Amino acid sequence: MSLLNLTIAQASAALAAKKFSAVELTAAHNAAIAALNPRLNAYITTTPELALAQAQAADARIAAGTATPLTGIPLAIKDLFCTAGVRTTAASKILEPFIPPYESTVTRQLLEAGTICLGKANLDEFAMGSSNITSGYGPVENPWKRNGSDAKLVPGGSSGGSAAAVAARLALGATGTDTGGSIRQPASFTGLAGIKPTYGRCSRYGIVAFASSLDQAGPMARTVEDCAILLGAMAGFDPHDSTSAERAVPDFTAATGRGVKGLRIGIPAEYRMDGMSGEISALWEKGVAWLREQGAEIVDISLPHTKYGLAVYYIVAPAEASSNLARYDGVRFGKRVDGEDLIDMYERTRAAGFGPEVKRRIMIGTYVLSHGYYDAYYLKAQKVRNLILRDFNNAFEKVDAILTPTAPSAAFGLGEKMDDPVTMYLNDVFTVPASLAGVPAMSIPAGLSAEGLPLGLQVIGKHFDEETVFAVSAALERAAGFTALPSVRAE
Amino acid sequence: MSLDSATVRRIAKLARIRVDDAEVGVLQTELNAILGYVDQLNEVNVEGVAPLSGGAQMAMRLREDLVTDGEQAENILANAPDRVGQFFAVPKVVE
Repeated sequence: MSLLNLTIAQASAALAAKKFSAVELTAAHNAAIAALNPRLNAYITTTPELALAQAQAADARIAAGTATPLTGIPLAIKDLFCTAGVRTTAASKILEPFIPPYESTVTRQLLEAGTICLGKANLDEFAMGSSNITSGYGPVENPWKRNGSDAKLVPGGSSGGSAAAVAARLALGATGTDTGGSIRQPASFTGLAGIKPTYGRCSRYGIVAFASSLDQAGPMARTVEDCAILLGAMAGFDPHDSTSAERAVPDFTAATGRGVKGLRIGIPAEYRMDGMSGEISALWEKGVAWLREQGAEIVDISLPHTKYGLAVYYIVAPAEASSNLARYDGVRFGKRVDGEDLIDMYERTRAAGFGPEVKRRIMIGTYVLSHGYYDAYYLKAQKVRNLILRDFNNAFEKVDAILTPTAPSAAFGLGEKMDDPVTMYLNDVFTVPASLAGVPAMSIPAGLSAEGLPLGLQVIGKHFDEETVFAVSAALERAAGFTALPSVRAE
Repeated sequence: MSLDSATVRRIAKLARIRVDDAEVGVLQTELNAILGYVDQLNEVNVEGVAPLSGGAQMAMRLREDLVTDGEQAENILANAPDRVGQFFAVPKVVE
């Protein structure tokens, strides 16, 4: 029995039945990482000894009969989550020496459930990017290849290391974070399921901040059910995060079996963009047919401000980033570059520590918040953001969930779309609106492109109604029957 | 609106990021591309629309004004690039 090619649900059942131990499962993953990570660069830091120690504790817990469905499950943790005693870089050189003295709430809850931390997954620097190429620790290679080609493709971003690790069988699941699509787009590019829950569902405490009004943690895994199991442990109220929602966590796993009979599914006209590839629109049509066949009612809807989502996002997110990243000044943690005086020290530290994309976004954010431009850019963007939220609220009076494509294309090559920043930003055109509105959204693998690459569909739900998102996603998953595997993977 | 090189230098100064002369031109082109893209928001009529600042659909929570944490000086200083006793150390500010 392969210990690598399992779903979390399968591994959990096998651990409970003592078919193998958590130590064996973890050792198999450690070996797979040692063999493939030098090529894929999915992990920035690996923690094999810590993982084995956690696996021993998990085996003891399974023997004692106090296991949860996640006890003994090896995960990749995006290197944006602070992990006590384990270096946390946010893929930035400025945090190269940073060892957090505390654990993020999401990873603490996962550890309490008994999961194993295999290592810290690569990402775009400070989660700013859609291809993982902005990492200060090198790009990640997508384990998928175009038919008949060995060209390196990007895994998407920013949770690109998490995506590549799970797709290449170097972890059973992973944590990601999503600010404008950073869970959903890489899930789509690597044939995985991934959900950005409602803003407020998972605590942001201990997650290195990018854009605080948008950042949300979520799981990435091989099936919708696995995501439901992981989210159940990651979610919940946390007094350490003032935007954490004081709500009970529903049984997400049960929701995956609900079916879609009688549900109304909205198809937004504005997502049919000029120049959308025929492949993407055909996949979308298939998704509509799959849901209709399972008893859902398909409703045409309008989200009129969709086209402005990216423009709003590229004002709001950099503005918040410029404020959040002001803390990296070489004084309290991280790297310092000495200068002639205090200001010179700040400027040299930040010039050396931040990569080009992070500098661009800090500067855009600084500009749109500066005197004389605040109203024209930032305030205006916040008002349009409200119109985008209203669009969703109006739509959800008529429908229970919305179906769209996740990304405008399949994974692209390393080095493509590099002409200017805006071309890269267009990757997030279908994912950003849900982030701005704070509603939950999930990507599921729905098919392959003509070139043999995975393509995802996105299900968007009402605030705090992840259960319907899981129900619809699971229905799509059943109909799609996606079983393809990437060509680069551990066996 | 289009940024000139003096404005790029001023933003860099405000952002506390040192930029050399060669970088200014590149940044100017890239930042102008982004600002050119976001200019499309001018088409949208936002009269009477309130700004939305947060993703949370809820009122801000308050708690009792009590000390709940502390006595962690060593933990907090453990990552400091430079320290003197229980203080962060920085280059001399006042002559």
